[in-house]
Amino acid sequence: MNHNKKRILLTGVLLVSAVVSGLLIYTRANAVPAERVIHITAKKFDFSPDSITLKKGEPVVFEISSADREHGFNLRAFGVRANISPGKVSRIRFTPDKTGKFTFSCDVFCGDGHEEMTGTVIVTE
Amino acid sequence: MSKFDRRGFIKLAGLGGGIVFASSLSRGFGLNALGSVVDYANAKVENDFYFVQLSDTHWGFAGPKVNPDAEGTLKKAVQAVNSLEEQPDFIVFTGDLTHTTDDVQVRKDRMSQFKEIVSGLKVPTVHFMAGEHDASLDRGDAYQEAFGKLNYTFDHKGVHFIVIDNVSDPGAIVGESQLNWLKADLKQQKTDARIVVLTHRPLFDLYPDWDWSTKDGSAVIDALMPHKNVTVFYGHIHQENHHLTGHIAHHSAKSLMFPLPAPGSVPKKSPVPWDASAPYKGLGLRSIEAEPKQAKYEIKELNVTGA
Ligand SMILES: [Cu+2]
Repeated sequence: MNHNKKRILLTGVLLVSAVVSGLLIYTRANAVPAERVIHITAKKFDFSPDSITLKKGEPVVFEISSADREHGFNLRAFGVRANISPGKVSRIRFTPDKTGKFTFSCDVFCGDGHEEMTGTVIVTE
Repeated sequence: MSKFDRRGFIKLAGLGGGIVFASSLSRGFGLNALGSVVDYANAKVENDFYFVQLSDTHWGFAGPKVNPDAEGTLKKAVQAVNSLEEQPDFIVFTGDLTHTTDDVQVRKDRMSQFKEIVSGLKVPTVHFMAGEHDASLDRGDAYQEAFGKLNYTFDHKGVHFIVIDNVSDPGAIVGESQLNWLKADLKQQKTDARIVVLTHRPLFDLYPDWDWSTKDGSAVIDALMPHKNVTVFYGHIHQENHHLTGHIAHHSAKSLMFPLPAPGSVPKKSPVPWDASAPYKGLGLRSIEAEPKQAKYEIKELNVTGA
């Protein structure tokens, strides 16, 4: 192998690795933190879990299903709500932008006990 | 109460030169022949009257720690109304007549038992409204069978009453079609018409985390806004509350089954336990003296025995 060919190969390797690492840097800089998925089950007359701890700034998806009938999920502090129907998964996507303790509740009347169908979201720093 | 306003009559009669006629509708002071004056130019009846509001009777509720006289409280209230010295022109029940149940037959039974008890009222005119306990689980089917329409209007001595249903949709929504119905009805009313809205839930956001709101209540308030004389009477929150949205006053009534805590005062909303040293405390009914000419409503809270 002559000198010239070696040089071309080396340059090629360097070029490729430069592009790859550049891409890596690029994707890292633009990376969206992975969404945290939390499964919630609604049934007469509670949510499970009924206490959820989140991190401020960390995007989250609530995947909510019903074990019996129509319910609602309303987390007013973050302006998110959904109807929860049996046989379906309702998704709520949001990023908590403030810390504290916030109530969520069923907002679709579901019977004697509906009033107590609530839970808490705790957002920490 | 309901004194014949002589000055009002003279002023009205002298005004506008419209057709003035007298009828014998009013209970006056020997002035029956002139008891009611209609000025056709203003389509206004000049007459004070009063009505009684009862709310949240939750017939069928059982919970001895909350109300050991669950079977007797409504009957006492009927008795209290019947013993009022001067009988009201009519009575309104602003929802949650019965306590909710998943059992359709029990729901119907509770409604007929409730009807049976309130049929003991001496006053012949009673206007019913549904609460979410009556109507949310079957979209008002059983309720309509027993009591009739969920939303309607009626007029009484110059006051236009509008009954709004914010309960038969389990999501606490008035809904597009009822909103259009309301707007069409309001179109028939002059901007200075005397309007009273009767409904179950608060139309404003009193405390949404406790379901003390109507999701599209602001659309109702927006529709009412151009009208200068609007007052809202409602129930649902089992306590007195007085609130203004702009010039519109909202007054909630006490329950006749159990009181609820003040908005947000405790972490979880649940009935206030019975106080043996003060039975029926926090429960009651109210009389509302209407003075249509001034668009004024004077509220008097009464306890379960009518005192
Ligand atoms: Cu529910």
